[in-house]
Amino acid sequence: MSKLVLLGDEAIGQGALDAGLSGVYAYPGTPSTEITEYIQKSKQARERGVHSDWSANEKTAMEAGLGMSYAGKRAMVCMKHVGLNVAADAFVNAGMTGVNGGLVVVVADDPSMHSSQNEQDSRFYGKFARVPVLEPSNQQECYDLVRYGFDLSEMFSLPVMLRITTRLAHSRSAVEKSPEHPENGLRLPSDLKQFILLPSMARKRYKTLLAVQDKLETESQEAGLNRVEKGEDSSRGIIACGLAYNYYREVAGGAGFNHPVLKIVQYPVAARILNEFVGGVDEVLVLEEGAPVLEESLRGVLDNIHSIRGRLDGTLPRDGELNPRLVQTAMNLKVEPGRKIPDVVRTRPPALCKGCSHIDMYNALNEALEGYAPGRVFSDIGCYTLGALPPYNAINSCVDMGASVTMAKGASDAGLRPSVAVIGDSTFTHSGMTGLLDAVVEKSPVTVIISDNSTTGMTGGQKSHATNRLVAICTGIGVEPAHIRVMNPLRKHHDENREIISEELAYEGVSVIIAQRECVQTASRRLKGKR
Amino acid sequence: MKKDIILAGVGGQGILSIAAVIGMAAVESGLYLKQAEVHGMSQRGGAVQSHLRISDKPIASDLIPEGKCDMILSVEPMEALRYLPFLAPDGWVVTSSNPFPNIPDYPGQERLVREIQKAGNHIIVDAQAIARELGSPRVSNMVMLGAASGQLELSPDRLHVATGLLFAKKGEDVVRMNISALEAGKNAAVTS
Repeated sequence: MSKLVLLGDEAIGQGALDAGLSGVYAYPGTPSTEITEYIQKSKQARERGVHSDWSANEKTAMEAGLGMSYAGKRAMVCMKHVGLNVAADAFVNAGMTGVNGGLVVVVADDPSMHSSQNEQDSRFYGKFARVPVLEPSNQQECYDLVRYGFDLSEMFSLPVMLRITTRLAHSRSAVEKSPEHPENGLRLPSDLKQFILLPSMARKRYKTLLAVQDKLETESQEAGLNRVEKGEDSSRGIIACGLAYNYYREVAGGAGFNHPVLKIVQYPVAARILNEFVGGVDEVLVLEEGAPVLEESLRGVLDNIHSIRGRLDGTLPRDGELNPRLVQTAMNLKVEPGRKIPDVVRTRPPALCKGCSHIDMYNALNEALEGYAPGRVFSDIGCYTLGALPPYNAINSCVDMGASVTMAKGASDAGLRPSVAVIGDSTFTHSGMTGLLDAVVEKSPVTVIISDNSTTGMTGGQKSHATNRLVAICTGIGVEPAHIRVMNPLRKHHDENREIISEELAYEGVSVIIAQRECVQTASRRLKGKR
Repeated sequence: MKKDIILAGVGGQGILSIAAVIGMAAVESGLYLKQAEVHGMSQRGGAVQSHLRISDKPIASDLIPEGKCDMILSVEPMEALRYLPFLAPDGWVVTSSNPFPNIPDYPGQERLVREIQKAGNHIIVDAQAIARELGSPRVSNMVMLGAASGQLELSPDRLHVATGLLFAKKGEDVVRMNISALEAGKNAAVTS
C-alpha cells in the first residue's frame, strides 16, 4: 500500500477519512488546525461529501459532532487544549449521553506554550469525563488510532479522546494507509431517550457510565496497545506515555540501556499491568509529555513502597515539553555542555506583519487614549495580542476567547471610564457576542473595537464566520445604530479614525467600532490566486 | 547513513519548502524521515526552525538531541547561530549571508560572519545575489538548499525530482527556476 509523508495532524485527518468519517467539526487552534484543513483539501473527502466547514467555536463543533453521532454516523471534533475548556460542557455531557455513531474528539495540547496561554493536559479531562483516551507516539499511530478510536467509541457507546501534543501534531513522517472503511448509514439510536439528560434519566446514564469503567480497563489491557517491552536491567523500569516514548528510545539507543519499558497508549490504564510492571523493577521513571497525570495516580498521597521518579520529585522539570536532553539527565547520563549561543544573537519575537490593519487600529487607539491614565484596554486571543509588545504597548489583558468584552464590562461596572475591549472578528463570533449582549442589556459604558481583518489570522487565515456580518450582528444584539461605527484602518485615515474612537470613548453606553481591512496575508494570497 | 539537520530562518522565508524537498528526496531514496516544524504564532516574523532527521534506520525522537546535529542550514545568518547548542563538534553551518533585520537591535553583519567562522565547518553564500542574478529573488531558499546539497548524501537527481514535485502546481517555469537555483547554490558552495 502507498506510503504518505504526513504531519501528525494530517495523519489523523487521513486516518479518519479512511475509517469512514462523515464529518469533522472544529474551530482553528494551533496545533490542531491542520487536521481539519487536511480534510478540507482532500479530494477523497470532497468526493464523499464529508462535512468539513469550520464551526463558530469548539462548543458548537462538539455539539454538532454529537448530533452527527446521534444520527448514526462517524464524526470527529478537533481542537487545541484550551478549546476543550470552551467545549467542556458538551464534552463531559457527551460522556453522560454516550454516542451512537463513533465520536472521536481530537485534542492537541501545547506543552511549553509555543502558541498558547497555558499548557493544560487534556488527559485530565478524559479522566474527568470518564471516557477512553488514546495517546499516539508517532504519525503511524496517529493514523491507526483514529480508526481504533471509532471502533472503541462504537463498542462502548462513548466518545473517545485522541490526545496529541505540538511536536507530534507538527512533525512529519511516512504513514502507511489501511483499506477504506465505508461510512455508516443514517441510523437513529435504538433508545430515543438515550440523549435526554433529564435528572431522572441522567442518574441512570451515570450509573451506566460508572459500570463500564472496569470494562474500559479490561479493553485497554487486552487491546495490546499498552505493552511491556522486556529488558534485563530491572534496576529501573520506564513508563513512557505517548510521545515521551520516542525520547526514551532515542536516549536508550545511544546509551545501550536495557531497562524494561511500559509503553502507554490507552487510558484508563489497567491496574494489573501497572502493578505487575512496577512490582518487577527496583524503581520506576515515569515519562509524560505534559502534566504528571499517570505519575500522580501511581504515587497517590500515601507513602509508597515503590520508588517513583518523574516530574513530581524533580527528576524531570515540572513544566514544559520533554526532549532527549531532559531524558538523558533523568537517566543519570552525563550530559556534555553544548555550544553556547553567541551573545550577538538577539531574540526575534513574532510581530505584526508589515501593513497589518491591527497596527493602524492600535496607532489610532493609542492616540485617542493619550489624555487618560494607562491600563484600560482589555484584549483577546489573536494576532492583535501582539499589540502587547513594543512599540504599541497597547493592551492590558489577554485571557481567553471573548474575555476582552466581558472584562471591559466588569471593569466598567467597577467604575473604570473609559473601558475598552479590543477583539478580532473571528474571536468575536467565537465568544464575544454573548458578552456584548450582557453589556447592551445593562447599557454598560464600554467601547468595543472589533479589529476586523475578515479572517482567522493567527492560525493561518481560515474563513471567519464574522465576515460581512458584524454590523448586522451588533445591531441585532441591540447596540444603538448611532454607536456602531465602521472605520478603515489605514494611515491616510488616521486622524478621522482617532476622532471616531475619541467620540465613542466619551459615550456613556455601549459602542462598537468595527475597524475593517482585510488581513495582508490573505489579501496577498488572494491576489496571487487571481494572477 | 544518518543526517540530522536543523533548518533555520524567519517566519515566511521558506524553510518549509527546503524541508519538503529534502524530505521527499529522502523518502524516495528509501530512507526514514522525521521532520518537526514550527507553526502558529512564531510564523509572524519570528524565529522559526525545523528539525529534519533522515536515516537508513528507524528514527525515534522527532527532536534532534543537543550537540548531535550534523548541519544547521539557515536562510539568515543570525538565525544560523541561534541553534549552535544543537551542532555536533564536527557539524556544518551552511547559511546565507543576507540579514533579515526586522528587530531594532539587529547586530552588525561582520560580527555575525565572525561568529559563524568561529563555529567551525561553514559555508556562507550570498543567496539573494545569486537568486537575483537568476531573475527571481524568491528562490534564495532553494539556492541555500543547493549550497547544502553536497553534505546531504542525497543524489542530485532525487533532489531535482522532489523540487519538480513540490512546485509542479506552479508550472514548468517555476520548476525550472528552482532547479537552476539548486544548481547555482551548489556551485556557489564549491567556490565559497
